[in-house]
Amino acid sequence: MTPLAHDALVGFIVLNVVIGMVTYVTLLERKFAARMQSRIGPYYVGPHGLLQPIADAIKLFIKEDVVPTRADRWVYNLAPIVFLLPCVLIFATLPFAPGLGVADLNIGVLFFLAVSSLEIVGLFMGGWGSNNKYALLSAMRAVNQIISYDLPFVFAAFVPVVLAGSLQMSVIVTAQQGAWLGIVPKWFVFYPVIGQLAFVAFLVATLAAENRVPFDILEAESELVAGFRVEYSGMKFALIQLGEYAHMIGTSFLAALLFLGGWLGPGSDHVLVGALWFLLKAMFIFLVVTWVRWSFVRIRVDQILAISWKLLMPASIVLLLAAAFWVAARGGHGV
Amino acid sequence: MPETLEIGYGGSERLTMNMGPQHPSAHGVFRAILTLEGETVVGVDAVIGYLHRCHEKLGETLTYVQYPSIASKTDYVAAMTAELAYVSAVELVGKIEVPRRAQWLRVLAAELQRVASHCLWLGTWCMDMGGALGGGATVFLYAIREREDVLDLFEALTGARLLYGFHQPGGTRYDLPAGWTEQCRKTLDHVEQRIGEYEAMLEDNPFFLVRTQGVGVISRELAQEIGVSGPLLRGSGIDHDLRKAAPYSSYEHFQFRVPVETAGDCFARYRVRMVEFRESIRIARQVLDGLPEGPISSRPGVKSVGQVRVPKGEGYARVEGARGEVGCYLVADGGPKPYRLKWRGASFSNLSVLPHILPGVKVADVVAIMGSVDPVFGEVDR
Repeated sequence: MTPLAHDALVGFIVLNVVIGMVTYVTLLERKFAARMQSRIGPYYVGPHGLLQPIADAIKLFIKEDVVPTRADRWVYNLAPIVFLLPCVLIFATLPFAPGLGVADLNIGVLFFLAVSSLEIVGLFMGGWGSNNKYALLSAMRAVNQIISYDLPFVFAAFVPVVLAGSLQMSVIVTAQQGAWLGIVPKWFVFYPVIGQLAFVAFLVATLAAENRVPFDILEAESELVAGFRVEYSGMKFALIQLGEYAHMIGTSFLAALLFLGGWLGPGSDHVLVGALWFLLKAMFIFLVVTWVRWSFVRIRVDQILAISWKLLMPASIVLLLAAAFWVAARGGHGV
Repeated sequence: MPETLEIGYGGSERLTMNMGPQHPSAHGVFRAILTLEGETVVGVDAVIGYLHRCHEKLGETLTYVQYPSIASKTDYVAAMTAELAYVSAVELVGKIEVPRRAQWLRVLAAELQRVASHCLWLGTWCMDMGGALGGGATVFLYAIREREDVLDLFEALTGARLLYGFHQPGGTRYDLPAGWTEQCRKTLDHVEQRIGEYEAMLEDNPFFLVRTQGVGVISRELAQEIGVSGPLLRGSGIDHDLRKAAPYSSYEHFQFRVPVETAGDCFARYRVRMVEFRESIRIARQVLDGLPEGPISSRPGVKSVGQVRVPKGEGYARVEGARGEVGCYLVADGGPKPYRLKWRGASFSNLSVLPHILPGVKVADVVAIMGSVDPVFGEVDR
């Protein structure tokens, strides 16, 4: 098999696994939220509602595709694809286990962060192209918010990078091998002080970058109905939804990789066990995000910006500097 | 009347946005035409009337016995209140005696209704701020669970869950069924305990505090000039509650406190209602403890709908509903139907404060403030 064909095959498999995961993560979230709210959640399609995501997908396939007459047709129709593309591209550099991934680039983290912030283009296209005031307001908010939160997001993500001394994802994971005192794993989240603070900063920035409550002002259905996707229906809506959840899972994986030691865990020498560990950690992050989502109220656009620029941004810069000085003081070795 | 505040921004573009009549947080059918300067509201044009059902004219065509069940449809979230206001007006004009037991039962129904209504307010208000796909929905589902418990009580009492027809001129239509008192006590304990849980969940949450404190301030003067009532008035520092100021239906026999907050913001209104939850439960317990024996109506056995006739005269009866003063002005001409009926809805007066406090706030605050006003559009439009 030629290298190109091999890459294409791996890419195809990862893409399909991601899409399959997205559909079932929605079910996980709905079940989890239902338990929080003393409900049962989806139950009737399949045993315990297990076929609900498939039913949802079929329903969205057969929905009428509505394009508003006043919409900017090109921009409007292109937006879901432009939005989805970076959201699935971020999985390209994620190693799910040693040697299991599309491409383990030596600038893996940088690639991830750069591509994931591209989603704003599709988002703004959707908001603008819909020619709807709710969508337009939402798109303006989105640009505001994502630009503000990408910086602390990047700075917080760079703390483990500095500690590990590499942008390559597999190197960052291997740097977290071993244990302190024989029991506490050397994951960066357990790194004294810097690790915990950076983890919290990263999670908060993640919430904002994923547009989740309490930072979901661009969806804000109580004032903007559904935000930038208010005019979308059928498969275009499904693509946007898919992109959003893919982005969410991608960032959960990144958080698990940067702070929770990626695939490391008992028995992780085996590729599949390692991948399972990685999945479990990512789902843990996802559930924490979900938990926050279903317990907080949304905050206002000016308050969101204030949190970013007055608190998160300086804090993450200080953390990054602290990590850098620490590494420098130890002669270039973080761990 | 104070002038509507208009904020001048030099030069830039303005956006006119329709919020409603069909909108997730319109609380029914309310249309606010917002003029926006970026995210900031600079002008509000409130349009009401989408739910107008000619309620007052309808009142002239139905007899005194028929109308209480229809009166509950003005404020369908707190149906007992409107019924009570109507029958109070009939009894005032017709000089009809109400037995003590019926008066106490009316107090019980009114206070349970206040708990149920505040439950719905808490849920929808949090949903306005937190989204149907977020923490707000969680509070909403919790609060609705408690409201359901109270509605179960009403169902056992009257057979209906939303519009009751419990009151009638001269007393109440139903007495407490067997076992109801125990069920009621259990529900009250539940609700009281869970109110504490919600307070902890919301007030320990800094995001909730920044969304509510200092937002939508109604000053003492503005509150008086507009004529707001209920929790809005008490949240703005005015100690006025009809149950204390002009006791009706033997409220003077009950021990309770009227909560007053001075800040006038959304959080103050929230605090007032949270205390009212507890005080209502307290009053309901007092009723259950000391319910006097006796008949439940001075006009037992309604044989025909035209049986009650009210002599010529007019009068205004008012009660303290969950949203404020609910009044009913009645003109009788001696027949079985009123000559003229006029409602004073608490939501209508409270809602008219919006154009004075909305300019200058962000779009997201519009829904938070509207939720804290707690309008029910059946009562606004009638």
